[in-house]
Amino acid sequence: MTEQELRKLIDGVKTGHLERRSFLRRMLAVGLAAPLANQLLALSGVPMAQAATPYKPTKAGGGGTLKLLWWQGPTLLNPHFATGTKDQDGSRLFYEPLAGWNSTGDLIPILAAELPSTANGGLSPDGKVITWKLKQGVKWHDGMPFTADDLVFNWEYARNPATAAVTSGSYKDILVEKVDTYTIKITYPKPTPFWADAFVSAVGMIIPKHLFADFAGDKSRDAPTNLKPVGTGPYIFKEFRPGDLVTGVINPNYHMPNRPYFDAVEMKGGGDAVSAARAVLQTGEYDFAWNLQVEDEVLTRLEAGGKGAVRITEGGSIEHIQCNFTDPNKEVDGERSSAKTKHPSLTDPAVREALSYLVDKDSVHKFIYGRGGNATANFIFNPERFASKNTHYEFNVDKAIAILDKAGWKPGPDGIRVKDGVKLAYLYQTSINQPRQKTQAIVKQACAKAGIGIEIKAVTASVFFSSDVANPDTYPHFYADLQMYTNGPTAPDPAIFLQQFLSTELCQKSNKWQGRNITRWVSEEYDTTWHAQEAELDPIKRAALMIHLNDLVINNHVVIPVVTRPSVAAVSKPLICELSGFDSYIWDYANWYKEV
Amino acid sequence: MSPTYVLRRLLLSIPSLLGISVVLFTVLAMAPGDPFGDIVMNPNVPASVAAALRAKFGLDDPIYIRYLHWLAAMVQGDWGFSFQSRIDVDTLILQRLPTTLIVIGASQVVAMLVAIPVGVLAAAKPYSLFDQVANTLAFVGFSLPTFFTGLLLILIFSVQLGWLPFVYRTDLNTHGLAYLADEIKQSIMPVMVLGLFQGASLVRFVRSSVMDVVKLDYVTTARSKGIGRSRVLLRHVVRNAMIPVVTLIALQMPIVFGGAIVTEQIFRIPGIGSLLITAILANDTPVVMAVTFVFACLVVLFNLIADILYGWLDPRIAFR
Amino acid sequence: MAGSTPASLSADAVVAQATSASRPRKPVSPAAEAWRRFRKHRLAVVSLGILGFFVFAIVAGPFLWRVPINDVDFAAQTAWPSWTHPLGTDDLGQDLLARLIYGGRVSLAVGLAAMMVSVFVGVVVGAIAGMASGWVDAVLMWVTDLFLSLPQLPLLLMVIYLFRDALKAAFGVEGGVFIMIVLVIGGLRWMPNARLVRAQFLSLREKEFVEAARALGASRLRLVVRHILPNALGPVIVAGTIDVAAAIIAESTLSFLGLGFPPDIPTWGRVLFDAKDYLDIAPYWALFPGACIFFAVLSINFIGDGLRDTLDPRRVL
Repeated sequence: MTEQELRKLIDGVKTGHLERRSFLRRMLAVGLAAPLANQLLALSGVPMAQAATPYKPTKAGGGGTLKLLWWQGPTLLNPHFATGTKDQDGSRLFYEPLAGWNSTGDLIPILAAELPSTANGGLSPDGKVITWKLKQGVKWHDGMPFTADDLVFNWEYARNPATAAVTSGSYKDILVEKVDTYTIKITYPKPTPFWADAFVSAVGMIIPKHLFADFAGDKSRDAPTNLKPVGTGPYIFKEFRPGDLVTGVINPNYHMPNRPYFDAVEMKGGGDAVSAARAVLQTGEYDFAWNLQVEDEVLTRLEAGGKGAVRITEGGSIEHIQCNFTDPNKEVDGERSSAKTKHPSLTDPAVREALSYLVDKDSVHKFIYGRGGNATANFIFNPERFASKNTHYEFNVDKAIAILDKAGWKPGPDGIRVKDGVKLAYLYQTSINQPRQKTQAIVKQACAKAGIGIEIKAVTASVFFSSDVANPDTYPHFYADLQMYTNGPTAPDPAIFLQQFLSTELCQKSNKWQGRNITRWVSEEYDTTWHAQEAELDPIKRAALMIHLNDLVINNHVVIPVVTRPSVAAVSKPLICELSGFDSYIWDYANWYKEV
Repeated sequence: MSPTYVLRRLLLSIPSLLGISVVLFTVLAMAPGDPFGDIVMNPNVPASVAAALRAKFGLDDPIYIRYLHWLAAMVQGDWGFSFQSRIDVDTLILQRLPTTLIVIGASQVVAMLVAIPVGVLAAAKPYSLFDQVANTLAFVGFSLPTFFTGLLLILIFSVQLGWLPFVYRTDLNTHGLAYLADEIKQSIMPVMVLGLFQGASLVRFVRSSVMDVVKLDYVTTARSKGIGRSRVLLRHVVRNAMIPVVTLIALQMPIVFGGAIVTEQIFRIPGIGSLLITAILANDTPVVMAVTFVFACLVVLFNLIADILYGWLDPRIAFR
Repeated sequence: MAGSTPASLSADAVVAQATSASRPRKPVSPAAEAWRRFRKHRLAVVSLGILGFFVFAIVAGPFLWRVPINDVDFAAQTAWPSWTHPLGTDDLGQDLLARLIYGGRVSLAVGLAAMMVSVFVGVVVGAIAGMASGWVDAVLMWVTDLFLSLPQLPLLLMVIYLFRDALKAAFGVEGGVFIMIVLVIGGLRWMPNARLVRAQFLSLREKEFVEAARALGASRLRLVVRHILPNALGPVIVAGTIDVAAAIIAESTLSFLGLGFPPDIPTWGRVLFDAKDYLDIAPYWALFPGACIFFAVLSINFIGDGLRDTLDPRRVL
């Protein structure tokens, strides 16, 4: 679809000539995912659908206890300090943002009265100013009114370096002003194509000014409300035992009619993913279990218990193998994998191409991850709008052999290929995790057939995923030839995520290995393309730039995508819930109910 | 065992605990990992946040300064502040102590109550059918790890039979007898798993040491004086055979506080073991330090108690 | 012990006289005498056979059963035992028999070596503390308490971090890992042994026969080695067998920390752990490694019992 055609369609929606839903369907058909299709409409002056999920109960309460099983329990309940999803989810039990992302990628208002759009004046034409209208009559759990002052306070709280809020990245560069009691204005320093960040989703949960005002900055850790949240959500806080249990009871003054359905909620922590799935699917002790990164064969078997079903929701996370462009075995100025070195064999495009033919993604999908991981050729595969059509993948050992032969890598006496004394023998590392070790086994076997020797290394997750400067086993150090893990954009927009191939982001000793570019691949074309998308307000052109970025990474075989990692949850039979791959599992739990 | 000896040992334990705390602190500080790793990984969080947090919690100071801070606070009864939960460490520990004491304590009691009589009886008639069965079960008991037996019990009693819940709850909302019944129902599997694992090795030790004592001269003398078999066994043998058993129990007691990581994880028991493992994985040093230090105090204390008991069991033992 | 009854020293003398009177015996070498004593313990002999079979299987097995251990075969995922796969396959279709044969080498070697380290260190520390008392005892018990208090996980992570590369460089990948695992497991399990041996020593050193030997002018070393230690061995042998089981299982946990062998080496503990989530689908997968550990531990234990009988100075045979 060309830019012209698209513009024609958008005009059709504006004039009422084309129905909004059929526009979205056409967009999906051409590979434009809902969230961006919607933002596209928003920027072009069409309000987003204020889609209401069908909700059947006719009164609040009466549903018993909603029992959630998070196998890693929340350890703190202040959203501005939430380091992982478990803490974000624990906070989300009581706190709400202005809007959240639903499963189709629509932005759905929660504490906002309506979503900003060009039509309602919420979005300025230059892409710099966003005006949010707040829902009126919303009360905090202690009865105080929720107003624009709370939002301005959250901005000040989060951007204050002394608070050291995890959310500060979303607030430090913007300006938030109160227009009136129920209106705020956000000003970005430069045109911002993806504006739905501050006050939206996980980083957007709003804490009450009247309880936190005395505890901003240095005193933030002393706030009693850090442990006893007072929010606006459907359930009122009752008890918190870090890592074990969070409970709440129904909020009789909730701002949506007939909600919530349950009388109480509990989030139990601890244990492991398999037994969490068991408690929902097989014994029915719990209603909902989160983040089940478990072999699909096991899940299918548990589903046969008949008490519940597994729900898969695709987000943007991708399990991928990274190639090291620097030499992990040579030490320069006290660091290995130094940007000053060149990998003796992985810098040869033929070797990387051969490797990409040796990753049997379909088998990894079919036999290891099942529904929990689909094979893909792309690094950016979701939202669909950004998914490139110019890439393909194939598992073909013969092709790999042909490529290596042609490039002059000849099998040595031990079967491992050599060229000019350089051996194709690689150290392939990842974190300790059963599916990952199985993937390693599959790749190793295929590589052996093609004459590439693989030594497998697995590092315990708490070390691998740490930022410890002194430890050589972390993934940012990348003291190996190949490594594998999952990563993905945190919002339905890949711009920040794609920073990881910029030459300015090189991960090295001088920046304490905090740079995002871990493969140490450098490309001028990539850098210029990335900077071009930053200023591009036209969503179509911007999407094209993103696709080009993806293609550069894939066609140069900088990384080899393996499978997508959707979120996997177990849901008991009677529970009706809408999940989302772009937001917290419980982003919409005010609307959850049980079919009797 | 004179009171002055006990007092001297108690006083001696202060420098010895100080020494242990230095080593513990150094190991924890040197072990790889970073409490704010998640933050550094997240591309949406500026690098300054992790740096500010490190400074705030004093992680950039040299180890010995951090140790002195910790020691000064500990002496004043301040156990530290959890990086992960942003909450006082003693609150975290006290929240989990009752559950740990009930479940792990019960399993130790079960282990002792089963193992000591079984071990004595097995030794009384070595290579009898009873002995063979007891031995085989004991070997199964410590050959199979708890992650395995726990799962086996869950599959049988929760999944197949549906008799017992396998998620341990701290918020049972029943009262009185119903509460007791629920508590027993949810504790019985973890208590059995742990109790049998501990009991299995205890049976072997009891049996072995009773058999060692049975062959000593004074037992023969007692028997030849015409004292009945069971009386000799109870009055003369068991007491003397208890020295290794007391040693083992003294080794086990601190674990009642320290919890059992694997079993707690399988049954989702919010005990100190699971607190410790989460804290270790998150590099939440203040929590790890507090738990291990209390554990160390208990190790030293029970070692002392064991020494005192040796003197009571065998009056000839003298500590000089 | 089978067929023998405990007796006192005096009875010993009487019986010895009786035997020598009725049937004069040819002098035998100590080794032959030990073997004669050991042989009396029938279970020990059977166990020696079982252990011998294990050793034979892991040494000769790879030549007799030539299926590769890491041959991924998706057509045969979690296949029940059959002629092609006598012990079935795991979830990647890898042959379990081949894996157990291969992994057994590591598991048995690690189990036995780590047990020896922990027993040796435990006996030495315990014996010195028990004999010396005073400040030597205090210091050694302090060290024991310290090791008991150390949280193992951070300690292990630190050990990997500090020593892995050095050991790898010194002993090669497999050798370095083996030495490190044995030292780590043994080094973290000797404390109960030390406490047990010390407790036994405290009691035994005051016994009449020790005093008698002391009065006869026996040196301290002789007292310990010839008189006290043989009598303190009971709990040590029990502890030793438990240590073998614990070491085999601990090895599998270590590989989760990245400290053990690479995760694709199918040690028994590792296979058992992998099998646990499939317990209701493929119970055989857990059964075989579990049985291997069980029989190895069982046989080592009975051999230990037999050895104790052999070494027991009071035993009449």
